[in-house]
Amino acid sequence: MNGAQDLGGMMGFGPVRSEWNEPVFHAHWEGRALGLTLAASALGEWNIDVGRHARESLHPADYLSSSYYEIWTKGLVKLLVERGMLTPAELEAGRSLQTAAATKRPALAAANVPAALTTGGPCDRPVDHPALFAVGDRVRTRNINPVGHTRLPRYARGKTGLVERVHGGFVFPDTNAHRAGENPQWVYSVVFTGPELWGDGADAGLTVAVDCWGSYLERV
Amino acid sequence: MTQHDDHHHHHDHAHGEAGSELPDIALRVRALETILSEKGYVQPGVIDAIVETYETKIGPRNGAQVVARAWSDPAYLERLRQDATAAIAELGFVGRQGEHMVVVENTPRQHNLVVCTLCSCYPWPVLGLPPVWYKSAPYRAKAVIDPRGVLADFGVALPAETAIRVWDSTAELRYLVIPMRPAGTDGWSEERLASLVTRDSMIGTSLALPAGDAA
Repeated sequence: MNGAQDLGGMMGFGPVRSEWNEPVFHAHWEGRALGLTLAASALGEWNIDVGRHARESLHPADYLSSSYYEIWTKGLVKLLVERGMLTPAELEAGRSLQTAAATKRPALAAANVPAALTTGGPCDRPVDHPALFAVGDRVRTRNINPVGHTRLPRYARGKTGLVERVHGGFVFPDTNAHRAGENPQWVYSVVFTGPELWGDGADAGLTVAVDCWGSYLERV
Repeated sequence: MTQHDDHHHHHDHAHGEAGSELPDIALRVRALETILSEKGYVQPGVIDAIVETYETKIGPRNGAQVVARAWSDPAYLERLRQDATAAIAELGFVGRQGEHMVVVENTPRQHNLVVCTLCSCYPWPVLGLPPVWYKSAPYRAKAVIDPRGVLADFGVALPAETAIRVWDSTAELRYLVIPMRPAGTDGWSEERLASLVTRDSMIGTSLALPAGDAA
């Protein structure tokens, strides 16, 4: 979706300001928000793409004026309410008002946290057809504007580039984010020049690599 | 995105314990933790274990070890090029947000810079959790259109003849930059080399420290 999360090429935000000796968390609640997000996702009620789509579906003004852990928290609340695991009344009351809904997987136990973080969630999958493109192929990204989730950024739509790497098969987020299946596809690193993306006058010494699923691409 | 929301909160503050004031978001997260715990969705000690992991066990010193090994051992560098996930796992760094790793090497001809314009994708097992600037709008907006401007924000100026390659982490591949090895470090131990490898140098917003800055 053409939401506020798709930031590449926007202007007016000012310089990037890094913080010397930045702490991992700037406040106690940030660590709790991270932990809650990971613990809740372990219940198996949504996948990583559903989670990303919940965050990017925030109103653009809300997204841009929220810190990152605020975005995560708002996304988490949205998912929990959608799945019937939390009600707005409970959030208002600050306590549980109804029994827990059944979940796909049991709650993560503290003893299993190291194993869960070590295993992660690999997204590579076998694909039932050979790769559509090879290293060196010229391809053009499709000009798509789906109302749902996509990982093809606006700045890289309808642009011509070269396939530089073929990464193998991966879960397709555009369907997985809507519980419409993993539909794995080949993923390619496609390299675009600065002038192709940004026009005349762009840095000729710039190239940008975007990881693209096969259905984002057509042969030129 | 506000970077210091705790300090610039203009909403009504509720009063927490011991007279302390907590911003709305802190209260909301606390309520959420209470509710999810009461319902059994979140088990005791789980959040503490996750927070402790990312505060004390997983961070950019991991990635610095990978880079120092790559600088020291050509066979290891070759393994990183062939299968970075497996080569990084040799050092024990595996897991969430590092399932599919790729290394990209800086040379005098090309400098690499990593961004996630769409969210905050970042190689957690080798770099830890991303800093605020990496996740915030200025970096995500500017990196793909004006990377030399981003480098200037970090006080870095590359020679004009050095090309810049930006990697937008739009899929599940996670990129680790191998910065150029600083001059004057021949024969150094991996441990000493690692002290020159900063987090930012492995994202590409900075260079490795000069030999004189070694620990």
